Amino acid sequence: MSSHSIELPRWIDLVVLPVFNLMLALLVAGVVVWSVGLEPLQVIRLLLKGAFGSAVGWGYTLYYATTFVFAGLAVAVAFHGGLFNIGGEGQATMGGLGAGLVALALAAHWPAWALLPAMVAGAMVFGLAWAAVPAALQAWRGSHVVITTIMFNFIAAALLAWLLVNVLKAPGNMTVESRAFGPNALLPGMHQMLGALGIAWPRTPLNASVLLAALACVMVWLVLWRSRAGFALRATGFAPEAARYGGIAPRRQVMLSMMLSGALAGLVGVNEIAGVHNRLLPDFVAGAGFAGIAVSLIGRNHPVGIVLASLLFGALYQGGAELAFEMPGFSRDMVYTLQGLIVLFAGAMAMVAAPMFARLHAALTRRGAAGG
Amino acid sequence: MHGIDKRFGAVQANAAVDLTVAAGSVHGIVGENGAGKSTLMSILYGFYQADAGQIEIEGRPARIDDSHDAIALGIGMVHQHFMLVDTLSALDNVMLGAEPDWRLSRAREKVRAGLQALIDDTGLAVRLDLPVEELPVGERQRLEILKALYRGARILILDEPTAVLTPQETATLFETLRRLRGRGTTILLITHKLKEIMVLCDAVTVMRGGRVVLDTPIAQTGLDALAQAMVGRRVKMGREDQPHRAAAPADAEVLLRAEGLGWRDALGVPRLAEVSLALRAGEIVGIAGVTGNGQSELLDALSGLLVPQAGTLELGGQRFTPAHWITPRRARELRLAHVPEDRHQRALVLPFPAWESAVLGYQDRPRYARAGWMRGATMRRDTAEMMERYDVRPRNPQLRSSKFSGGNQQKLVLAREAQLQDRPPRVLLVGQPTRGVDIGAIEFIHGRLRALCEGGGAVLVVSSELDEILALADRVLVMNGGRIAGELPIERCDEAALGRLMGDSAAEPAPAAA
Repeated sequence: MSSHSIELPRWIDLVVLPVFNLMLALLVAGVVVWSVGLEPLQVIRLLLKGAFGSAVGWGYTLYYATTFVFAGLAVAVAFHGGLFNIGGEGQATMGGLGAGLVALALAAHWPAWALLPAMVAGAMVFGLAWAAVPAALQAWRGSHVVITTIMFNFIAAALLAWLLVNVLKAPGNMTVESRAFGPNALLPGMHQMLGALGIAWPRTPLNASVLLAALACVMVWLVLWRSRAGFALRATGFAPEAARYGGIAPRRQVMLSMMLSGALAGLVGVNEIAGVHNRLLPDFVAGAGFAGIAVSLIGRNHPVGIVLASLLFGALYQGGAELAFEMPGFSRDMVYTLQGLIVLFAGAMAMVAAPMFARLHAALTRRGAAGG
Repeated sequence: MHGIDKRFGAVQANAAVDLTVAAGSVHGIVGENGAGKSTLMSILYGFYQADAGQIEIEGRPARIDDSHDAIALGIGMVHQHFMLVDTLSALDNVMLGAEPDWRLSRAREKVRAGLQALIDDTGLAVRLDLPVEELPVGERQRLEILKALYRGARILILDEPTAVLTPQETATLFETLRRLRGRGTTILLITHKLKEIMVLCDAVTVMRGGRVVLDTPIAQTGLDALAQAMVGRRVKMGREDQPHRAAAPADAEVLLRAEGLGWRDALGVPRLAEVSLALRAGEIVGIAGVTGNGQSELLDALSGLLVPQAGTLELGGQRFTPAHWITPRRARELRLAHVPEDRHQRALVLPFPAWESAVLGYQDRPRYARAGWMRGATMRRDTAEMMERYDVRPRNPQLRSSKFSGGNQQKLVLAREAQLQDRPPRVLLVGQPTRGVDIGAIEFIHGRLRALCEGGGAVLVVSSELDEILALADRVLVMNGGRIAGELPIERCDEAALGRLMGDSAAEPAPAAA
């Protein structure tokens, strides 16, 4: 029996409460914005316009959202398995490296229709492998993934930097990046795909990875809730003792959930390296791994919520960039502030307003019942 | 309490409940699982708020929004699962949250003085300076009562207090409660045990389906009337009412044999020591003993959840040694089923919907698996059928496992273990089969266990309810301190003989056992 168990109908829990929390975050952000001398309403208007007001805006928003979807799915899958994978940053880095290495090795010889799937596979394998080591340490030695995955983030960044500087750097080039892979290693951009259908679309980083992200959402949902592997994973995450009783091997589940998580994080590399940059460069992940944690948290670890949260964060990034451009005095870092506030109100403090809503709901239904 | 209503979603837990308790009396509250008595008491103690109705304490209307309000009104509650901090001393536990001074040494002096007065007055003997983890269960319970009294409780609610006590400790508790009654404390006793109600209480309220069905002074009622009111029909308990079941012939096939099982825990304490037993087809073997004497470890070892350091196991023609012990998966393949004692941690995944919990352990069977996918529709259909057959309420396979009452959860688990195989299991291990289960369901569950044996299976029942062991078993083993203290065929069993074996060297279970 729990004390103060809050009973909330599902629709309040999943819709009203998150929207309320979001409004609260925006309110506080508005106060912050106002305190530096800017006009909050104008900020919001420009933000929305920047993110959704034009095809270019949409392109960028969706491109960012794609990365967040992969990162968010990664965290969600591990979470369902009872593990807090905060190594998305490192796994994404390695995923990009995997895609890049495949491209560097095979771009000269393979046609695009074979090379691109190989790059995707490379990204997933590298991401998976990077998560497998902390997973094994957790499963066999009890080393907590929270600690090991954070460490592996640093190792991944250092590894990429070292490779770029010492091995992969294009000779004669000043910038620290590899040579370009070539056109057959580049995923078709959205402008190209829509152009083939006769629809005009401006050139943006948005590329075929967004379709991959949609597919990943569907697959994750199917695997988690419709497959035997997903059943075992969720059982282990919720009730490890019951899972063991049910014949499920806990170590195996730790490995599987982390590896799937790492593979999903690795797909960030596909969006960035194979979808946009067409070369390896340092820090292409740029904090997306950590944003994925926030996205998953706000999205309640469910693909649908993750998509919505990713769109929100993508809009913030794109809208924030526009704002920095249009409004003097608005720095990009404001976006991070807003992000942080959203995570605070919609993630960490999500349940603070719940008792209030529960009482409101009870009072309204009681009055309704009495009134007839 | 007048006209109390409480609804949880689709379930009307309390409907127009009236409860009147005379000051300075012991009032029993009895009912099946899901009858609403725990909900009612939770409302009284502030864990829930009623949808409708009023509460009056000592003649004055009361508003109880949380347990602070309840305590302020003089209501104290002793829960079934103690709310004590193991590493703190008994004194500190009483003081926690009610420190009279910010300087702890001063605070402790004040509290000690007050407590000593209480102890002398009530006879509740508790050693104040030992850490709680070193106190036996009976003493911890006395500490819980002291805690409530220290905060000025004039109304004491006790939730299933005797679930964890030996017969001797129960007698001591009843003495204490009588003394408290003499002091003017009002006592509300929630219990399943009708015998206790008859022995201790002045008045009793019987609830069924969220309503009060009987409210009477004890002098005007009897055991049968109470049982009938609880269930709504006549109840058959005990062996006398059962058709005579022939005991298994002595040369029946041995389905399971364990020899010399031994296991020490991480602290080196022997939890199992030279435990040997054999289960023959057609028999029910009962394991009696106070919880914490190795029964849980025995069940875990036999079902593959615990690998002993010594001993062997023979099952289904296979021999297992500690180097290659049986696993839960293998056990199921060999048609051994296990209903765990701890259904919340082990038998169910509480956040899962009922149909997912209902296949736990069997999710890889061909019936439920098609390549890598789960056959959800088949699972749900089977769950609905299980619910129908075992009368699990509400009959909703989609409902979260945690939303079912304890008794219904237990029925679901039993349905799964007894039914959900191509053929019934050959060996069924059951831990505390009817803990938290109402009388009507107890009958049913016992019936199914017997049916399993008549079909040629064997059942090993671990239970802390002596009545249950006596009703079910063909022979009884008593465990004490990790060993089998003795074995008696059912004809020679009675409460006294068993109580002696149980209470022999260690009347109190080993520390930090549960």
